[in-house]
Amino acid sequence: MQAYLGVDIGSISTKGVIINDSNEILAESYIWTKGNPIEAVKQLIDNLKSQVDPKDLRIVGIGTTGSARKLVGTMLGANVVKNEITAHAVGTLSLYPDVRTIFEIGGQDSKIILIENGVVVDYAMNTLCAAGTGAFLSSQAARLGVDVENFGSIALTSKNPTKIAARCTVFAESDLVHKAQMGYRKEDIIAGLCNSVVSNYLNNVGKGKKIKTPIIFQGGVSKNIGVKKAFEEEVGSEVIVDKNGHLMGALGVAILSKNALNKTDFNFSVSEDNFETKGVECKGCPNRCEIICVSRNDQMIDAWGNRCSKGDLLSKQNRGL
Amino acid sequence: MSKKEVLSFPHLGDYYIPIKFLLSHISDYEVKEAPPITKKTIELGTKYSPDFVCVPFKYNLGNFIETLDNGASILFQAGGGCRYGYYPEVQEKILKDLGYDFKMMTIGESGIINFKSLKNVVKKLGHCGMTKALYYTFLSVLMVRFMDKVDVYIRKNIGFEVKKNSFLELKKEMLQEFSKCKGYFSLFKTYRKYMKLFKKLKVDKPKNCLRVGIIGELYTSMEPYASYFLEMELANMNIEVTRFTNVTYLLYQKKLQEKKMLRKIKNYCKYTLGADGMDNVYRSKYLIDKGFDGIIHIKPFGCTPEIGAIPIIRKVCSEAGMPIIFFSFDSQTSETGIKTRLEAFYDMLKIRKGD
Repeated sequence: MQAYLGVDIGSISTKGVIINDSNEILAESYIWTKGNPIEAVKQLIDNLKSQVDPKDLRIVGIGTTGSARKLVGTMLGANVVKNEITAHAVGTLSLYPDVRTIFEIGGQDSKIILIENGVVVDYAMNTLCAAGTGAFLSSQAARLGVDVENFGSIALTSKNPTKIAARCTVFAESDLVHKAQMGYRKEDIIAGLCNSVVSNYLNNVGKGKKIKTPIIFQGGVSKNIGVKKAFEEEVGSEVIVDKNGHLMGALGVAILSKNALNKTDFNFSVSEDNFETKGVECKGCPNRCEIICVSRNDQMIDAWGNRCSKGDLLSKQNRGL
Repeated sequence: MSKKEVLSFPHLGDYYIPIKFLLSHISDYEVKEAPPITKKTIELGTKYSPDFVCVPFKYNLGNFIETLDNGASILFQAGGGCRYGYYPEVQEKILKDLGYDFKMMTIGESGIINFKSLKNVVKKLGHCGMTKALYYTFLSVLMVRFMDKVDVYIRKNIGFEVKKNSFLELKKEMLQEFSKCKGYFSLFKTYRKYMKLFKKLKVDKPKNCLRVGIIGELYTSMEPYASYFLEMELANMNIEVTRFTNVTYLLYQKKLQEKKMLRKIKNYCKYTLGADGMDNVYRSKYLIDKGFDGIIHIKPFGCTPEIGAIPIIRKVCSEAGMPIIFFSFDSQTSETGIKTRLEAFYDMLKIRKGD
């Protein structure tokens, strides 16, 4: 049977799915990246392998997305390497063809995608700042001594959420400390944090966008029911959270690899290979490009980061220099 | 004869060629452009600039430091209709505080470039007579005009070149020859020759290719390094690029078109917004009317005229359902962030077009 692998390597978590020709998920895995995308992907491949019968399956398409898409794409020999926005849109549309708005809040970034007649018509991504993202929530959870997994349910118990500055993570943090010292209840502060994430999102990412229903909310933060509730109150309509919401990017890129014309061959043994990356500073000119070299079992398979041919290490190696 | 003093100036794309051409013909000094912009340039510039100043200031300052270290003793800077007008004074102060010994020369001290200010500059540069100065000024303006004309053609076609790098190589050759031209006739002949050669370069351009317009602030538009080679990036995606801002435009076209532009966008703007703010509102409307597929707006972080223009441009585009993306460049901008957004923009345009 032919199958397709989709891997979404985010800053916080790594997600992977294997799908068949009719987009059904055969295997799925969701693990923490822990700052090491290569190890995370190896573990992910092992997890996926244990859920299927590798002899029964021939993986002919591999897609990667997420912030480490290029590195992991090289590692796995992917035939499709796509940005997160397209991947999420394609994945969500395969399950909800009539969706109009996608809210996505991940570990490092947040985005909004607007869809009309099954086509992406507009999107926006947060500016290069982590305010109002998962990273912010988990650091605040640690400060309050609460597991981020319980954040949502605690927020729901609040009857009187306190107001917390949402513009900037640093301001929000000092506001939070201040409120705690003033004697506000913990659940009120947590609910206030959830509200601040939502107002930050709608004011920054969703600024000036016409939000139409049905709305789907995904990304790691969508698992937080406190944030979901805050969204519903703010937007004034139901917000859908799919149980596979965290896998949409991986699913989308697997579908893209299925639709791609070029095919690839994949071997699960990749998780046993030894991958290494090395940063090299090119000394060809004062630009000092930082070049990343990726090697498999001590053989360089790709290198990037150079701006001109002086730093083209891969072709230099191939020419025996 | 004692060693000649060295006159130098900051970079702006390929325009160092006509600037050098002009200055070396009308001044008594040896003219040398600043070393090419690299990461070191912007690092130096950032280190000694106020943090919140717009990014062209940092690039210019970096250029100045590198060229002073290379032996320049006279610096040349222009001025413009926004914060740019304060660049020369502030940069002079910063560099003097750093201990450099040099003379700063500006054109358009009063903010306007006219015959009088030109005469002043020529006088400061040396013993060149006004007739000769005017002769070379117009010759250089013509050179700029030809360069810009060729660039328009290149932008439309480079994304579809059959042989990689063929356009850029030919352009390099042409600029070489421009810098050695003798007078109006030889300039014109060179231009004609290369335009023919450009048209002969093989391109494989589909009829319904994606067409994108770049609007925004002038420095990030014209200095490829400052926009992380955005135009090259687009060319690699097989997109036809149209860009409005070039030196020809700033020198005289802008003035000629101002009334017409305001008339065309009277529903959105009643008066100008400073620098190119109003122009960009007009351009977004123009791009919509001409059926382009998308608009990319670029500016340095903190560029006040463009910040004023953005809400208006947003309105113009949302009324017409035109996809637009905004990029703000600073010395620390993450290149990956730009690439991801650009890629997604490309995917969106492609899907919208129904490919």
